[in-house]
Amino acid sequence: MSLLADFKVMLGRAPEKPKTRTDEAEVLHGRKRGKGGVNIALLLEEIAQAQEVHTWRNRRWAVLIGINLLFTLSFFLDIQILEGSLTASRVLGFHMADIYSSFLVMLADKHVAVNLVIGMVTVFLLWGLVGGRAFCSWVCPYHLVAEWAEMLHLRLAKQNWVADHVIHRGVRVVFWVLFALLALVTGHALFLTLNPIGILSRALVYGPSLALLWVGMLLVFEVVYSRRAWCRYVCPIGLTYGVLGVFAPVRMRYHLEACAHEGECRKVCEVPHVLDLTIKGRASKAHMDIGPDCTRCGLCVDICPTNSLTYEVKGLDRIL
Amino acid sequence: MSETPNKKTPGKRPRRRLSRQEESRRRLLRGGVVTAFILALQPLATWVSEKLGIQRLRPPGALEEATFLGACIKCGQCVQVCPVEAIRLADLDDGLGHGAPFIEPRDQACDFSCDALSCILACPTGALSHAIGAKEEVAIGVAELTRPEACRARRGRGFRGAARGRKFRGRLRYEEVDRWIPQPVKDHEYDAPLCDLCVRECPIGATALRLEPLADGRGATPVVGDACVGCGVCEMICPEEPTCIEIIPAVAGGVA
Repeated sequence: MSLLADFKVMLGRAPEKPKTRTDEAEVLHGRKRGKGGVNIALLLEEIAQAQEVHTWRNRRWAVLIGINLLFTLSFFLDIQILEGSLTASRVLGFHMADIYSSFLVMLADKHVAVNLVIGMVTVFLLWGLVGGRAFCSWVCPYHLVAEWAEMLHLRLAKQNWVADHVIHRGVRVVFWVLFALLALVTGHALFLTLNPIGILSRALVYGPSLALLWVGMLLVFEVVYSRRAWCRYVCPIGLTYGVLGVFAPVRMRYHLEACAHEGECRKVCEVPHVLDLTIKGRASKAHMDIGPDCTRCGLCVDICPTNSLTYEVKGLDRIL
Repeated sequence: MSETPNKKTPGKRPRRRLSRQEESRRRLLRGGVVTAFILALQPLATWVSEKLGIQRLRPPGALEEATFLGACIKCGQCVQVCPVEAIRLADLDDGLGHGAPFIEPRDQACDFSCDALSCILACPTGALSHAIGAKEEVAIGVAELTRPEACRARRGRGFRGAARGRKFRGRLRYEEVDRWIPQPVKDHEYDAPLCDLCVRECPIGATALRLEPLADGRGATPVVGDACVGCGVCEMICPEEPTCIEIIPAVAGGVA
């Protein structure tokens, strides 16, 4: 898929089947006709084993908890490494500001604050490099609690007690625009009042608040009605980071050759549309980058029994 | 092994499978409902902020209230730098003011212990305006003697002991004790023949708050001057319960 096609998928388009495939991909697909020489019993065993692998998830949780703990400790122990909260902070004195939140504040205030611009540029450079939505899975505290809610959702869904109600992904773009328009017109950023990332981040630094009830409501909604609803369909911060990550060198890469197309990766993925190319016959090349909506969480890397999905830093091999 | 992806579990679903078109229509419909719900929170949040009519005292340099709420990014950096922890963040029941900083001077006043207006320096958005550079330019609100009948000075009474009792957690800069570190108010012993605690501790001085003798020859009354910045030290230190002197939020905002 081209960058543009990937971008459209992030905005809500359904992924399309490729019109052309490279010769190499054609050969690899051809090999998989019929049973394709796959030892089903062995594959099933490998899949079962992969369920127990949580290497990247554990690393990611450690980083996420570590960063958020650094916020808390910077205030409590007054060590001043990471001050503020995730909407705006200072890292060793340098400004960092969440791009979308800053954008809203400037729209509401009709005033360009220099310190915010400095903070936005820092974030732009950092996350443009590290991989856009990597912020979501590696830093965002709501992502972590939503991940736990998702585990519960999946467990209940297995019992048929709850079912996932999919929502059109295009609404995330609608929210992005609406929150901005509201800020511009009313002079208040409603999003900052509702933003669960800000609420959790502030609660971790400044103590619990009533607002946690709102976060709880969102989680209950996700458990009983729609899996990962906030992150998938609402969060404009996630979409902003997604756009940032379009050219990011850090990304996931798919390798067609060994893939058994059994779809375990799509089952664990927060944004399964980016993994559409793992469906049998969909990949147009032997090696492909995963689209910008990917949060680089690594759940697919852990679950894949054939190592067909890997982390990649583009251009690293050229530098080394 | 029982939950292999290829094995079709016998459907417990009572409902029939939706066609692709029906399913996509439902996805759109759910999107519409969710959007409508979240949009409905805008008037709700506005209603909460206005209906409850909470008039908050904002930190030094705060812009005019409506502008301030829009300009604040709710990061709390002002909270972190305040040496006396006078600044707190509002909760969800402040509606659109949720996450924005405020001061409750009866619990902990802004006593300018930082000297530099650290909260303004910490603010990344300018919601606390960099336009002011000295404590005399601050305009959080204005002090008002709201319960003159209870005022000890007016009744000609003195005051001995800790201003707010031994359990009070507020702090204040007592320069004669320590120039730099604010001290707990509960540890400070007062002994005033005529109660003048509010006047004595005012960080601005006589141009902001002074005692004027009353005609009865016994008592005196606190008089608020033009220089009052609304820091709230008088409200915090008043030994009467509830306080006799209070800060009324500035109408024009936090910049003089």
